[in-house]
Amino acid sequence: MKAVWPHLPALQVVLPLLGAAFVAFMRRGRSAFALALIVTWLMPLISIALLWQALTGGTISYHLGGWEPPWGIEYRIDALNGFVLVLVSAVSAVMMPYAHRSIAREVEEHRQAWFYCMYLLCLCGLLGITITGDAFNAFVFLEISSLSTYVMIALSHDRRALLSAFQYLIMGTIGATFYVIGIGLLYILTGSLNMADVAGRLAPVWAENARAVIAALAFITVGVSLKLALFPLHSWLPNAYAYAPSWATAFLSATATKVAIYLLVRYVFSVFGVAIDINALPIAEIIIALSLAAMFIASFIAVFEANLKRMLAYSSVGQIGYITLGIGLSNQAGLTGGLVHVVNHALMKAALFLAVGAMAYRIGTVKLEQLAGIGRKMPLTVAAFAVAGFGLVGAPGTAGFISKWYLAVGAFDRGWWLLVFLIVGSSLIALVYVGRVLEIAWLREPGPELANAADPPLAMLAPVLALTAATVYFGFDTEWTAGIAATVAKALLGGLR
Amino acid sequence: MSTLWTLIEHYNYLVTIFLMMTGLYIVVARGNMIKKLIGLGIFQTSVFLLYIEPGKILGGTAPILDSAFTVYSNPLPHVLILTAIVVGVATLALGLALVVRINEAYGTIEEDEIFAEDSDA
Repeated sequence: MKAVWPHLPALQVVLPLLGAAFVAFMRRGRSAFALALIVTWLMPLISIALLWQALTGGTISYHLGGWEPPWGIEYRIDALNGFVLVLVSAVSAVMMPYAHRSIAREVEEHRQAWFYCMYLLCLCGLLGITITGDAFNAFVFLEISSLSTYVMIALSHDRRALLSAFQYLIMGTIGATFYVIGIGLLYILTGSLNMADVAGRLAPVWAENARAVIAALAFITVGVSLKLALFPLHSWLPNAYAYAPSWATAFLSATATKVAIYLLVRYVFSVFGVAIDINALPIAEIIIALSLAAMFIASFIAVFEANLKRMLAYSSVGQIGYITLGIGLSNQAGLTGGLVHVVNHALMKAALFLAVGAMAYRIGTVKLEQLAGIGRKMPLTVAAFAVAGFGLVGAPGTAGFISKWYLAVGAFDRGWWLLVFLIVGSSLIALVYVGRVLEIAWLREPGPELANAADPPLAMLAPVLALTAATVYFGFDTEWTAGIAATVAKALLGGLR
Repeated sequence: MSTLWTLIEHYNYLVTIFLMMTGLYIVVARGNMIKKLIGLGIFQTSVFLLYIEPGKILGGTAPILDSAFTVYSNPLPHVLILTAIVVGVATLALGLALVVRINEAYGTIEEDEIFAEDSDA
């Protein structure tokens, strides 16, 4: 144990990578699933140990291959990315038992092992983006996670999944390339790729070459915004989420966009924010305007969506708006609200997509009109959907209320009364689209095609209920979500110039 | 006149930006999926140039630790771009594989024809 302890940061990324390599040699879905499950369950142990070290002992700096930063690649874990690491690894660990039956139903038999291979690669990439302190290394991990995501989406039965995977590939590659252009400009300006080192060297460059620094900031922001599906760069998301295998949708909505949000926060606050006066640029206003557009327009589209998975995908675009709104507010309460919504939304959306996946597992469709009366046949699943759905609305007693409370306080601290009303008003749109589903599921008579529907097997039901319980639990006990988010927000804002 | 001179001095960046915009335009304007991928390839290649150019110093050598050599070209951009080329190849390969599957499933690789097929179904 002593020998392993200092190398935990490397193991966090290397274990899923090795797991993926082993799984690539497996033919049978069952053995591939078993290995993926073991690796996934090891991940939260490592990430919790890392977060605990970072919170008690300060920032961890791990030098890959023993090369000193800024020359070598540094893995750097502070409260912010330790927090995201725990989120990604814990949510995937909870969701993993669900995968076996759902994937067995939705992916062809000879492709199931490949699905788990791609999943482990994607997990490796997501954890890698989060843990690394090196800008170019983050790009490589970004592409590892993106390429494996495209394959996960394309492995679905539905031929439209192929088309959505292709469209996502085009958009995702443009986003990643924008990000590389941005860090290329930063490298030309500062001669360094280590994020902390770049931040230190940027201040004198800003005095001389402000325009080039702004160009770098713009390229990185747009590139990462494509990845996190900030409105109006979200066009890839609804189809990709709608046609991917259900479990992949839940995994991606809970982790992939969240990691991209982390990357945006890291660049805006820890790299550019410490070197230049970021408030002098109109970036906050642009982000707030786009967030508001996402909160209203995407939620509004969700109301009229006939496919339940697409509805939740549009709702994701709207909910991401709340997170970026917190980043745009960039005061203590606002940023805390944005960061805590990263966790809360991950829990709620994972629960919702898994509940919908369970319906797809039982009746083979997620079209709203065919779900009439399903609440009587699958009571626990639909109850979980309802609780997590009320979390999206921000009902008191759920985690969603905590995030919206902080966001409203953040807007209030800025003196923007109107924004407080807009936050509440957009939540009511969520009430409409969640309520519409519940009306169909609970109040209508079930049709004959639902005769055999029942709650899914325990391995699928337990993750749904666990995530739903978490959304309620974190609505009351906020020490581990809002508490850490507030610490992180304080550190980020304290570092701003 | 001085602006023109600055542009001529930095002609390499003009080439980079031209390629970048060409690639991006093809991706946006073309409905054929293979052409889209070609555009994406050109777009990515322009970034390789963006990285390689500033690494070159006229008269510079490889970084050899010897008193005879004092001016070095930076080798790091080449290493970075080797990685980026690998990423680009993987993206292109995956993109082409998807196009093959799309062609099998829809019988066409023109985006508007595929959308028409899907809206009928």
